[in-house]
Amino acid sequence: MSWILILEQSLNGLQFGLMLFLLAAGLTLVFGIMDMINLAHGSLYMLGAFFAATLVQATGSFALGVLLAIPATALAGMLLEVAVLRTLYARDHLSQVLATFALILIANEVVRIVWGSDLQMTMPAALSGPVQLLPGMPYPAYRLLIIGVGLAVAALLYVLVAKTRIGMLVRAGASNREMALAMGVNIQRLFTLVFGVGAALCAVAGAMLGPLFAVQVGMGESILILAFVVIVIGGIGSIRGALVGAVLVGMVDTIGRAFLPHLFGLFLPPQFASAAGPAIASVLVYLLMAVVLFVRPQGLFPARG
Amino acid sequence: MNARAAALIAALAAAVAFPLAMQAADQLFFVGFASRVLIWAIAASSLNLVLGYGGMISFGHAAFVGTGAYVSGILIAGGVTSAWIGWPAAILASAVLALAIGAASLRTRGAYFIMITLAFAQMMYYLMNSMKAYGGDEGLSLTSRAALGFGLDLGNEVTFYYVVLAALCALLYATHRLAHARFGRVIAAIRENETRAEAIGFPVYRYKLICFVIAGAAGGLAGALLASHGKYVSPSLLHWTQSGTLMIMVILGGVGRLWGGALGAVLLLALEHLIAEHPIPWLLAIAPNYPQHANLGVGIVMLVIVLYAPQGLAGLVSRKRHA
Repeated sequence: MSWILILEQSLNGLQFGLMLFLLAAGLTLVFGIMDMINLAHGSLYMLGAFFAATLVQATGSFALGVLLAIPATALAGMLLEVAVLRTLYARDHLSQVLATFALILIANEVVRIVWGSDLQMTMPAALSGPVQLLPGMPYPAYRLLIIGVGLAVAALLYVLVAKTRIGMLVRAGASNREMALAMGVNIQRLFTLVFGVGAALCAVAGAMLGPLFAVQVGMGESILILAFVVIVIGGIGSIRGALVGAVLVGMVDTIGRAFLPHLFGLFLPPQFASAAGPAIASVLVYLLMAVVLFVRPQGLFPARG
Repeated sequence: MNARAAALIAALAAAVAFPLAMQAADQLFFVGFASRVLIWAIAASSLNLVLGYGGMISFGHAAFVGTGAYVSGILIAGGVTSAWIGWPAAILASAVLALAIGAASLRTRGAYFIMITLAFAQMMYYLMNSMKAYGGDEGLSLTSRAALGFGLDLGNEVTFYYVVLAALCALLYATHRLAHARFGRVIAAIRENETRAEAIGFPVYRYKLICFVIAGAAGGLAGALLASHGKYVSPSLLHWTQSGTLMIMVILGGVGRLWGGALGAVLLLALEHLIAEHPIPWLLAIAPNYPQHANLGVGIVMLVIVLYAPQGLAGLVSRKRHA
């Protein structure tokens, strides 16, 4: 019984971690190549979810709506890059933080004006039921779909980064931007492309998580900070680090929230355990980040040697 | 007397006369509002210490303000109303937290530092959100403000205003002295060229950490005042958008300028108040709901300032003076 519960929560953790990876992957590449801190990445996640919710309703098909939302968000991301973010590369981090923070405020209000504070997004009816994963262990089919999509996109990204020419340029840019420039790589065009891919990944995560969490203004901000934690743990510019970090954060967060209060109850008085359990569980990923920082300040898989 | 000193005395005289004028005009609401502005001026000035003088882009300053507010609020709720205990305790707690966060995050630099301070501040937000004993996500309501003794009643808006004003003046004076002392020179040297400062032989990490802790402690004072002012403490004080708002204030006023934080706080809060409470008729005719979307305006103004006037409004003024 309790083993089934642990397995179930591990799958939940994996599912959350994979979606976190989609966000962190785009963010870490933007960091790695342009040394640019982009807080508005979470706004693209929000935009992706709102696009998906609208398009799913308009087309009447979940798959079609989500598939249309991805290029739409990628386009929005590339537009944002060309219009605003491009001028920020040469600026200091403070300017980047402030400008992209301003973009969050603008994006939130624009979404509020266009769509209102939140939208309903329903999962496809065929996947709303449970699947008998093991004897005695039902698991929501939709969450399995998320895990599948997450793994597929991660594999696709791996092939794109490790096996294609564009991926080679991206890796060159991440490990040494000046050298890549000197070798004649058109960093500017490459970066618009990377930004589009990052926005598309945001849209996948936003669209897939839409039916589980609420599609609402501000949804991108708390998950953005978790994506930062992932990048700090994994190492800036490293896709592999982002994957390991994201799954680690997803697992620790989910399993901590599910079992820590119970675990504390084993050896602490109940009134203390019920108070301390949720409190510690909510800060567990940040403690993990602090530990990683002390052991390896550059993250687990630093992209630069 | 030079123009600088004249401006200083005029500003101080206006600040001292303000509550008396409002009292005479029977507009006590504005005294309370002004106290809130001055408290945020303290918070923004404390951030300016680390951001402007120290050159460290701390994106988690709300953690120190919020911790100060919670410590002071919890003490008042527990029956310890004396400000002479509550406020030093708030300052001390924020300083200790700044020591812990600073010790971990100052091991890194650049984008890492920004993300880590942000993440640790958000950790405090989630922690207080889950602390059911202290109100959890509903926050903590207080029955009274802190008590100062000496026949001073902080429940009186005018008295409270003067106490906050005194605290702000003390902080700005201390910042001025600090910036011109040996410590301030070293911090400026580190900000301008860390490698060089290290090569000269300064313990860079230790100096930065001390600067970070002082700023955190001052943020704690702002938090303690804020708890008494609204008689309410909530986790939203710790939310990361508060850190962003504080940063906007500093940029608006002028990074690394003595008056930057205070000026920015006054400008931003006055602007927010004007947009929310005094709608412009013709703008209302075009966009009926615009006061609810004040952040859109703040965002656009912010973006324009960052892109075209990175020195803030104080920078615009002094550039004109030099021209």
